[in-house]
Amino acid sequence: MDEKTLIAKRVALELMDGDLVNLGIGLPTLVARYVPAGRHVFFQSENGIVGMSGPITGAENHDLTDAGGSPISALPGAASFDSAFSFGLIRGGHLDVTVLGGLQVDREGRLANWMVPGKMVPGMGGAMDLVTGARRVIVAMQHSAKGEAKIVERCALPLTSVRRVDLVVTDLAVIEPTDAGLVLKETAPGVTVEQVIANTGCELIIAPDLRSMPIEG
Amino acid sequence: MKNKLISLEEAVARIPDGASLLIGGFMAVGGPNRLVDELIRQGKRDLTIIANDTARPNNGLGKLVVEKLVRRVVTSHIGLNPETQKQMIAGAIEVELVPQGTLAERIRAGGVGLGGVLTPTGVGTTVEEGKRTVEIDGATYLLEMPIKADFALVAAKQADLYGNLTYALTARNFNPLMAMAGTTVIAEAEDILPVGCIPPDAVMTPSVLVDYIVAATPR
Repeated sequence: MDEKTLIAKRVALELMDGDLVNLGIGLPTLVARYVPAGRHVFFQSENGIVGMSGPITGAENHDLTDAGGSPISALPGAASFDSAFSFGLIRGGHLDVTVLGGLQVDREGRLANWMVPGKMVPGMGGAMDLVTGARRVIVAMQHSAKGEAKIVERCALPLTSVRRVDLVVTDLAVIEPTDAGLVLKETAPGVTVEQVIANTGCELIIAPDLRSMPIEG
Repeated sequence: MKNKLISLEEAVARIPDGASLLIGGFMAVGGPNRLVDELIRQGKRDLTIIANDTARPNNGLGKLVVEKLVRRVVTSHIGLNPETQKQMIAGAIEVELVPQGTLAERIRAGGVGLGGVLTPTGVGTTVEEGKRTVEIDGATYLLEMPIKADFALVAAKQADLYGNLTYALTARNFNPLMAMAGTTVIAEAEDILPVGCIPPDAVMTPSVLVDYIVAATPR
């Protein structure tokens, strides 16, 4: 299993029956494929729909796309609305879970994921509202990039929000930010605690009930 | 009552150089893309654009940036239009980046007569710089100012000849908000119908907001 699939499968276990969930573009989008059987999850796309699903070849509609402009479909029971309403769902505490990519997460659990000054200034899109307003924020990202730790003492990149995220899922570990600091809850299959620590840029608290990610294969 | 259905050329001819334009759409989905093409054909310049994103260089309002007709843009995302980023870094275009939910509420506030919006989004980030904060029940909010513009260019699925509008699926996005915040509102509609064909409950933007209607495809 490749690293992205592993991350997506592990994040999917966090989604509960009946949840309203917003997935960011890229890696987080993969999460939709692995929702555990028996759990019905409603996916939102912030450009104005609840009840989206993947595209149906041959049935693409130019008025029905995700936030990246790619075709999607609307499941029976879907609802569409304008952008103010869509962000009302997000900011107003109606969104159960958002899954977003990350550039850096710091020891206080704060996320930076929208710009690299002087290099990449795409704009924050909906990310700041999602991290500020969702009931639960899950960061899905590679543990390190080009050998550099992405989990750091303090974010050098501009923050997306000062709100502490709820869970960080990487190709090496599951980490939960808490008042006491970052708690290492799970290691990926075949990964040791030492490997996780060596690839992390700040102190980790090892959970007493540390386990291996409950992912098969 | 005046006839609101006018030609594409006539509609865009009313927009002067230097105008501020609210432009509907999300990655050009639900964007008034024929009006945008006509802005380019008529060479309107020094425009201020308020829109969710600057689309792609070859798509929708992204083309306005490529043609160097835009002086200032207020938007949440420019990541898929490298030309916007290039002109911003070169200092040729002024870009104000606004969180998407905040952009929607600022436009809504402009359209419904509110003096601003208090939002938790952006508190403690670079978005807070230069803004007033307000404490309410122990929580901190940013005061974000309303947005209005000289024109709103919106895209509709249907328009009747009074100017009542409907939108389809995710093509609705910013359009109904913008239709309230433009001094002059021009709607580009896929289907243009006789009055009475759109049931009252189905109308998403009431006709009283719409000044002109143009056809989304040549008639």
